[in-house]
Amino acid sequence: MLRSSQPLTGPNRKRCREDEVLLGTVLDEGERGFIIDTRSAQAAKQARMTGGGTEPKSSYPRWRRLHRPLERGRLLQESFIKLVEACNDASVNMDRWLSRLESCRWLSHVKAALSTACLAAQCMDREEASVLVHGAEGTDTTLLVTALAQVILDPSCRTLVGFQGLLEREWIQAGHPFHLRCSRSAYSHARLKQEAPLFLLFLDCVWQLSRQFPFSLEFSERLLLTLFDNAYASAYGTFLCNNEKERCLCKVKENTHSLWAWLNEPEEKMKYLNPLYSHNSLVIWPSIEPQSIQLWQGLFFRWIRSSQYLDEAWAEIQQLVEGN
Amino acid sequence: VENVRLLDRLSSRKAALGTLYLTATHVIFVENGSETRKETWVLHSQISSIEKQATTATGCPLLIRCKNFQIIQLVIPQERDCHDVYISLIRLARPVKYEELYCFSFNPKLDKEEREQGWKLVNLNEEYNRMGIPNSYWQISDVNRDYGVCDSYPTEVYVPKSATAHIIVGSSKFRSRRRFPALSYYYKDNNASICRSSQPLSGFSARCLEDEQMLQAIRKANPGSDFIYVVDTRPKLNAMANRAAGKGYENEDNYSNIKFQFIGIENIHVMRNSLQKMLEVCELKSPSMSDFLWGLENSGWLKHIKAIMDAGIFIAKAVAEEGVSVLVHCSDGWDRTAQVCSVASLLLDPYYRTMKGFMVLIEKDWVSFGHKFNHRYGNLDGDPKEISPVIDQFIECVWQLMEQFPCAFEFNERFLIHIQHHVYSCQFGNFLCNSQKERRELKIQERTYSLWAHLWKNRADYLNPLYRSDHSQTQGTLRPQMAPCNFLYKFWSGMYNRFEKGLHPRQSVTDYLMAVKEESQQLEEELEVLGERLANLQKSQLTDIKVESKQQDRSKQLGLSASNNSLANTPQDYSNDLKSFPSRSPSQGDEEDSALILTQDNLKSSDPDLSANSDQESGVEDLSCRSPSGGGCLPSEDSGKDSDEAVFLA
Repeated sequence: MLRSSQPLTGPNRKRCREDEVLLGTVLDEGERGFIIDTRSAQAAKQARMTGGGTEPKSSYPRWRRLHRPLERGRLLQESFIKLVEACNDASVNMDRWLSRLESCRWLSHVKAALSTACLAAQCMDREEASVLVHGAEGTDTTLLVTALAQVILDPSCRTLVGFQGLLEREWIQAGHPFHLRCSRSAYSHARLKQEAPLFLLFLDCVWQLSRQFPFSLEFSERLLLTLFDNAYASAYGTFLCNNEKERCLCKVKENTHSLWAWLNEPEEKMKYLNPLYSHNSLVIWPSIEPQSIQLWQGLFFRWIRSSQYLDEAWAEIQQLVEGN
Repeated sequence: VENVRLLDRLSSRKAALGTLYLTATHVIFVENGSETRKETWVLHSQISSIEKQATTATGCPLLIRCKNFQIIQLVIPQERDCHDVYISLIRLARPVKYEELYCFSFNPKLDKEEREQGWKLVNLNEEYNRMGIPNSYWQISDVNRDYGVCDSYPTEVYVPKSATAHIIVGSSKFRSRRRFPALSYYYKDNNASICRSSQPLSGFSARCLEDEQMLQAIRKANPGSDFIYVVDTRPKLNAMANRAAGKGYENEDNYSNIKFQFIGIENIHVMRNSLQKMLEVCELKSPSMSDFLWGLENSGWLKHIKAIMDAGIFIAKAVAEEGVSVLVHCSDGWDRTAQVCSVASLLLDPYYRTMKGFMVLIEKDWVSFGHKFNHRYGNLDGDPKEISPVIDQFIECVWQLMEQFPCAFEFNERFLIHIQHHVYSCQFGNFLCNSQKERRELKIQERTYSLWAHLWKNRADYLNPLYRSDHSQTQGTLRPQMAPCNFLYKFWSGMYNRFEKGLHPRQSVTDYLMAVKEESQQLEEELEVLGERLANLQKSQLTDIKVESKQQDRSKQLGLSASNNSLANTPQDYSNDLKSFPSRSPSQGDEEDSALILTQDNLKSSDPDLSANSDQESGVEDLSCRSPSGGGCLPSEDSGKDSDEAVFLA
């Protein structure tokens, strides 16, 4: 699986030999590849007007392009804000709750993200084809898809350490602009242009996987909540800045502590483990039917309703497993 | 009929070819050829509707919808055969006599005494005794011993001490269907009670002295309070409309010391339609999130569930926190009243959250008080307007509570699903007819078997591993949050998509934890035994002899059959013992043992009438495309419009 940003085809359908050769070398003799473009066909076409575009079939003959539009940017942020508002709105009646939930569109985004990641995984696992994922910049929906696809495909990404490695690789080093994206979260009235909860969407998708495959992830919901917290505000430098270059310039490694170092301390680590975990070497294919996708109550109702009874249940599970 | 295809709703590639059999009691589909000889059995009683669809090139499709939400899609090659099957099923699914039902031919190979014992498992007299009755405030009355006062009530009713036979009879004449106020639940901590009845025949101005005295008697039976609540579970408008028909509700001016309250729960027709709409949403092919949420809201189903729950919470609060007795009624007092009384009782009393207690609750508030099982669930062919998912809603309320309080119930989701299944299956005699009177006339207990005995025998399958009788969640009253809590109500896909294996997690956490629990207990017992042996050996001072471990036996025990009878009668208590238990050392060959727990074979799947799901993959659905052309196809390249080939197309 490869990731990139959009090719700069532009309105005059420019070509780039090196790019074509590069993609050509990825494929074996006779092999075909899939390009998953996270923009709609329409949007991708329009991108040409501003210098971007898509890979023309003629220049990349062995690659088949699929469009799976995923929401990002302003619209995703709006979706998030609306959802949080709906959750906090005590006046919503049961009559109206589901349509209110629907109008936020958040769950549709979760479904779309999972669906696209599964598509990428399916191409690799079932069709045994290589996959190139990109959107426009290659820093948002692209990473969402590649990271999620790896959780689905690769059991080592489902371990505590492996998952951290995945985050480090596919989000942090890949240059997801955390500083711009995770600045104000859902409550800010200053609707910042660059703010968008892609990382949260990723964590939500991972949570959905943990619900559908309760034995297959080594880490618990608590880790996901901690990561969510730290992406927005952290005592550690891991999620600072927007890319490696900035982190270098700011001397983040010299001046801050790493979140991973703390999370992996023996006593700390225990808190993030899933007591039900059992190594599952198979691919985990989630159901993306609407019934299977639920609102992440642990996150969206975290401060609204007590999690006491659920926490007690987990404590019970922990005891049963440890006792054994 | 041969060469019939059974389609899988989610993936047309999984169509199975086989033979269709129709027997007196079941429809059976047997898959061809495969070594597993997979069979799908459907009881005629379960069939809700049969739809013959347009003939296609592949044959004549027949869609069977079941009351337990199973949907069977068959394709029969010859139109004539299809028509014959269709006509036969229509007749078979609409029995006219009780004797046609499966329970009269079902033979679990028990002798007469075992059958009797099965029926004695749940004893309501014992239950009222457990509540603390009779006592100085409440007594048993035999005024209805020949069903002379009310033919839909049981022969034994519990009434306040000061309610004489005269008062009871007088009150019954003033109540719809003569269902006079009677005790449902007595809360001994403060003497408050939940009573139930039907609506008074008050019209606009009618009064009845005895009925007013009856309510006073209920009030007097609780010296801790000077008033009682009267809760009418109908929407106000409906109740008012009933007045024009000479019925209605209690006027606070006429009945001294009552506080009247409407808690609007819609009627059986609204609920029937609500379920119908929800099932239509479930049948949508690849719905978007939007379709699903809109459809679900449009059906109003969760709203109704919440309304029932809120009513139960109100009543439980009135009893436990205010110490005030409550009289509940709806129109006839056998639908919404039953739902609300049982939810309230469940919240109040932890006994009803045990397996046995739950059976008792259903026997008490549903069976004995004359809930019209036959009419509501269509044992026999009858008026379609009487059909309504009343008990299904109650069962769902329980599930919703289980989701909010995972440690509070001794039983698990599977228990609820199987009970719902058997409400419709007519395999056992518990849920037949419309009243105790009818059941006795038909001699049900002598001619059929009790579901409770069957479930009790298999109780190991129904336990909740997180339940501990000493857990804080299992003590006292359950207090669900009332508001804001819209989000707490989830769509129960385990029930409404029960048979769509692709939608559910492959691995059951419940089953795994039960296996872990059982194993821990077995190991503990073994430890005890070894400990004793060691003590004995030490006493005889033969210190040279090594203690043999029973490792070989243990791996057989880990086959995890339900034969461990120590799980039998009381809820387990594993809290402290587990902590002191030493972990097993690797030298004893643990690895295979732990693997045993997690394999599919050891996980229980005791669904009735269902064949085993043999798909071994960890994943959930077969992701190959669902296009009409079938077969493996590559996702298509983009064009102007989205083509439907790849599975993960939005």
